[in-house]
Amino acid sequence: MKSFFLALIKSRAGLFGFLLVTVFVLAALLAPYLGLPSPTRSNLVARMAAPTWTGIFSPGAHPLGTDELGRDVLSRILHGSRITLAIAAASVVLGGIVGTLLGIVAGYYRGIVDRVLMRVVDIQLALPLMLLALLVVAALGPSTRNLIIVLALTSWLRYARIIRGQVLALREREFILSAHAIGAGTWRIMIKHLLPNVMTPALVIATLELARIIIMDAALSFLGLGVQPPNPSWGRMLADGRVYISTAWWIVTFPGVAIVLTVLSVNLLGDWLRDYFDPKLRTMR
Amino acid sequence: MAPLLEVRNLTVAFDTPSGTVHAVNDVSYTLEEGETLGIVGESGSGKSVHALSMVGLIASPPGRVVAGEVLFQGRNLLTLPKRELFEVRGKEIGFVFQDPMTSLNPVLTIERQIAEPLRRHFGMSALAASNRVVELLELVGIPDAARRAKQYPHEFSGGMRQRVMIAIGISCNPKLLIADEATTALDVTVQAQILDLVRDLKRRIGTTVIWITHDMGVVAGLADTVQVMYGGRIMERGPVRPVFHDPRSAYTWGLLKSLPHGGKRGVTRLYQIPGNPPDLTKPPLGDPFAPRNQFATARCHTEVPPLLDVAGSTPGHKVAAWYDLRAELAGQAELTGQEGQP
Repeated sequence: MKSFFLALIKSRAGLFGFLLVTVFVLAALLAPYLGLPSPTRSNLVARMAAPTWTGIFSPGAHPLGTDELGRDVLSRILHGSRITLAIAAASVVLGGIVGTLLGIVAGYYRGIVDRVLMRVVDIQLALPLMLLALLVVAALGPSTRNLIIVLALTSWLRYARIIRGQVLALREREFILSAHAIGAGTWRIMIKHLLPNVMTPALVIATLELARIIIMDAALSFLGLGVQPPNPSWGRMLADGRVYISTAWWIVTFPGVAIVLTVLSVNLLGDWLRDYFDPKLRTMR
Repeated sequence: MAPLLEVRNLTVAFDTPSGTVHAVNDVSYTLEEGETLGIVGESGSGKSVHALSMVGLIASPPGRVVAGEVLFQGRNLLTLPKRELFEVRGKEIGFVFQDPMTSLNPVLTIERQIAEPLRRHFGMSALAASNRVVELLELVGIPDAARRAKQYPHEFSGGMRQRVMIAIGISCNPKLLIADEATTALDVTVQAQILDLVRDLKRRIGTTVIWITHDMGVVAGLADTVQVMYGGRIMERGPVRPVFHDPRSAYTWGLLKSLPHGGKRGVTRLYQIPGNPPDLTKPPLGDPFAPRNQFATARCHTEVPPLLDVAGSTPGHKVAAWYDLRAELAGQAELTGQEGQP
């Protein structure tokens, strides 16, 4: 753990990403305890109030302004991040585990297992992801759980495809023969020998996917299929605020900035994690 | 006492798009406990494949064991259920492979890789395994073992990695250690160190060893028994001394003649066996070496010679040949007035 932070401090981009992610996660966790106005309580008197930084600590202040119903934008962003980050993290983990395991299985067994799995991937790739997501949400109904399932469903195949290719090459390497020679069974070889070798690509895909899923979640919410009102979500805020962009720019701008910063920080952190987990690069530091 | 390993009529084939490759044909031999068997032969002679097929390590398909028995401590490994075979691998029979650069998993520490068979076969705790790993590393001559154990393969040199491979091979005190071209990828000085290590380990833990190589010199220095293979068949086998000093197979004779002699012979060019190895999709009808053999008789081309005891040589010296190499060489020497033997 100590060496982890020592290595982190040496990398500027990694540190920046790590700090930003930490801030976002902390803000999301602490949102209800910051004494902010309720994210769902509307106040028609104060609708579309511009951001004001005077008297910022007084109860009625709106540092990032209010939306068309007079709800505090800062509070909505912070409360929205709770839902958005939780959904994104859950779908990345779910899609990543399923995709990586299926990729290892397909690459290791080859033959019929591989062919069936890869055709499923091909079929799904041929369908526009958004259309698939729309279909599933329409069939299952919009809820947080269904949203996680849908997002993971659009995500697993990227892992499966790439990991399968890696495993196809890895299984012919001599160290896999060595593993067989010490009496390792199929399961042990897949989990103890192949999995650590594909962690690096899996991690890279995961960071790209986390960013993509945040955007996709925003898009689904934008279309009204994600988090349901009045609960705040970043995509929903973009969707509702876009109408007022000429008169009240802050309603749509700040959620947008939040999305950009989150995606950026996750990418920076992921990039650094990838290097950190590569034993060859680790000793060079 | 029953031999540790008895191979009977082992025959292995590979089904490839260009036909069935008869990689190992009717190989039979026995190996006593404590013996060191050196198996020599050129590429494609079936020496590695026969060892891998004994414990089911050849990819199947395309590979398949067509016939034969491999009795290891009385049990036929070829018909053993998978689960029991997994128990034999690594615990009873240890392996060391050719290329130490690729035989270690690049993303796992040395400690984890040496500990794996210990934890797998003996159910050792992480701590016990870790202590044993340091012991093993010291045994194979890696200095600063406790620190080195935490490192990754790329932090080790080729010779050091081969020592690690040997440590993995002997970790469970196997009855039999099979080294497949274990020193081929190493340079000569490192090779000498590894051979010293193996001799030393043999003395200390008394493992039976099968050493597969194409280097006659390695066999001479290490093995008790040498077995020469060609075209998936045993051409000659016997104790090292008679085989090297009085070879009866033209192939063994050719191999020994092709060895460099450290400049003793001045500027003479190295001998080279004429021709190419046989195409094992269409194995020759008779002796596989016949087409390249200057002493081949008509019978060599039509009928496979059986592996029989050499009359008048050391017990255990066997050869598969229809011709009498000693008589042929004597005749040749008379003609040219030269010593025919290497």
